[in-house]
Amino acid sequence: MARIAFQRLDDHSPFYWGQLGLHALIIVLGLSAAYYMESNGHIVTGMSNGIVWGTPHVFAVFLVVAASGALNLASISSVFNRLEYKPYARLSGILAIALLVGGLAVLVLDLGRPDRLVVAMTTYNFKSIFSWNIYLYTGFIAIVGAYLFVMMDRTASRVPALTKTFGGIAFVWRLILTTGTGSIFGFLVARDAYDTAVLAPLFIAASLLYGLAFTVLVLVTMAYETRGDLMGEEMVAKFRGLLFIFALSVIYFTALYHLTKLYGTKYHGFEAFLLRDGGIYPAVFWLGEVGIGLALPLAILHFSRERMALSLACVLFLIGGLAQMYLIIIGGQAYPLDIFPGMQVSSSFGDGAITPYRPSLPELMLGVSGVSIAMLITGLAVKLMPFLPKPVNE
Amino acid sequence: MSCCGKNDKSGCCSGEKSSAFGEPSPLDTARRWFLKSAAAFTTVALAPGVTLMAFAGAAPASAGPGRGPATAKERWGLLIDVAKCADDCSACVSACSKENGWKDTGHPLTDPQWIRKVTVSGKGATASLPVMCQHCASPPCVDVCPTGASFKRADGIVLVDKHLCIGCRYCVMACPYKARSFVHEPLEDQLAHAPRGKGTVESCTLCVHRVDEGRQPACVEACAATGHGAMIFGDLNDPESAISRRIAQFPTHQLRADLGCDPGVRYGTGS
Repeated sequence: MARIAFQRLDDHSPFYWGQLGLHALIIVLGLSAAYYMESNGHIVTGMSNGIVWGTPHVFAVFLVVAASGALNLASISSVFNRLEYKPYARLSGILAIALLVGGLAVLVLDLGRPDRLVVAMTTYNFKSIFSWNIYLYTGFIAIVGAYLFVMMDRTASRVPALTKTFGGIAFVWRLILTTGTGSIFGFLVARDAYDTAVLAPLFIAASLLYGLAFTVLVLVTMAYETRGDLMGEEMVAKFRGLLFIFALSVIYFTALYHLTKLYGTKYHGFEAFLLRDGGIYPAVFWLGEVGIGLALPLAILHFSRERMALSLACVLFLIGGLAQMYLIIIGGQAYPLDIFPGMQVSSSFGDGAITPYRPSLPELMLGVSGVSIAMLITGLAVKLMPFLPKPVNE
Repeated sequence: MSCCGKNDKSGCCSGEKSSAFGEPSPLDTARRWFLKSAAAFTTVALAPGVTLMAFAGAAPASAGPGRGPATAKERWGLLIDVAKCADDCSACVSACSKENGWKDTGHPLTDPQWIRKVTVSGKGATASLPVMCQHCASPPCVDVCPTGASFKRADGIVLVDKHLCIGCRYCVMACPYKARSFVHEPLEDQLAHAPRGKGTVESCTLCVHRVDEGRQPACVEACAATGHGAMIFGDLNDPESAISRRIAQFPTHQLRADLGCDPGVRYGTGS
């Protein structure tokens, strides 16, 4: 068997440093936004007591979900023993950690009391799925870190059983992690948008799609740096096929989610709101999630086998992912709680009314900075250590 | 054992009692639409002339200064007589605001509202009733809180430990009653007995500082002072307490009882 070669970036091109600089700038802006929110209170955001989780959470959950999926290629190589994916396993692992750190950073910086992170890390309520997720996230970083070690260490990497074992643990862990993330919403029994187990597999399907889309885009970007193709034609075709399957999975679970709600009479109001009458939300669903985020990239992948088409499809999948998270998180809260079923209600607190929400600039800056944190970590990692495969033409 | 325990099947708290107390007035019948399904309420009749007001002035059965640590012997609760709650009265809201120091700053969506008047209408009638933390026996806010900042005292009062709250707002997401508020703005002039904090979550404490002194919550006192007497506070575990006797005698209802949270706040029509 031919030995798989890896490399680290050793060029100092303006393109590379420009990208790092851009991400660093966005991170500074995000940190400034967090400081501004922390100093003035969340009154400066678009969030309220009706929409308590806003744009930062859209980005944070999106990144956390994508992190789990970014491990796809490593899992396929180690767990399912597909050697052609092996060159991408290291990048897959570090990208998974980077995306998770980006998402968690946004979550923490949006807390009402981010200074109490140590409380969250030391005081647990084990009945809380949120608490479980703290373990799942930190455990994921540790396990994938160990997985990367056994893949990259000169001695450990010579023991295939080690890679397979850690790869297997990481694979199971990521499935549990994304189940936990979906359950953060699925376990909320009082809200019409949530209270359903299907959110967990929906999040898993979404993670596969977003994670692979991120991985492909990083590979494409890094190919500029390595001046060599990091994906052969065979791998382009494989990635294309995987994206197709993952997108169809997202469509399946999304349809299942809405059909389940549409079947239950008590959810008709919510579905009408989300899919037809809810102003911005039906637009985000039909145009953002379904049109731009799923149908268009699938059509592109179907009709074109070009690399550019693959990249474009990945960008569109990620835009669709953000739309999907916006709908689940913001749309799910905007629809009023049904405290008095069957009655019309009103109050000074917005009972019975759709809660308005307009994302503020600080929220947006904080959310986007999560993506930049992930990309900065990845960019630095590939420079410091051999995470990237050698170009296929070398 | 309380007749109102979580697993109680006796029906004493279900509001589905059928009695021979006489026919309800048309207004009462209309108001009950808000509380229970029509089928349940058509079986309900109430004693004429018996009002919650008569009980509202009574101190809780076990009230007394310096009660000591909370124990499971008591379960504090509220009974709200919707028929007596005047549409144009918000004395309970004002009293709570004054007692606990939360204020209306003109931002209704971000200002804390520990208690609010909700106008409920349908089936040709309208009613106004206060909604606050329902002090559930199985509170979802406590279940979901990652740090245990949301907790339930042994006596059933649901509180937030302001030192443990990290401001994640998951409890706000989980509360079925929209009873929790996140403090969006810096605070000034806090009250010693009601500590609050920017970036943390808060809700009705059932005036725990008063309860521990053997006094009634501010909202209940204010309601009695207006003469409406629409609120009774007391020990749900004590069958001889005013609130328990009322619940045993007349139909009451828990908001979203289908969720199984077993709120300590009951709604009914008692006149």
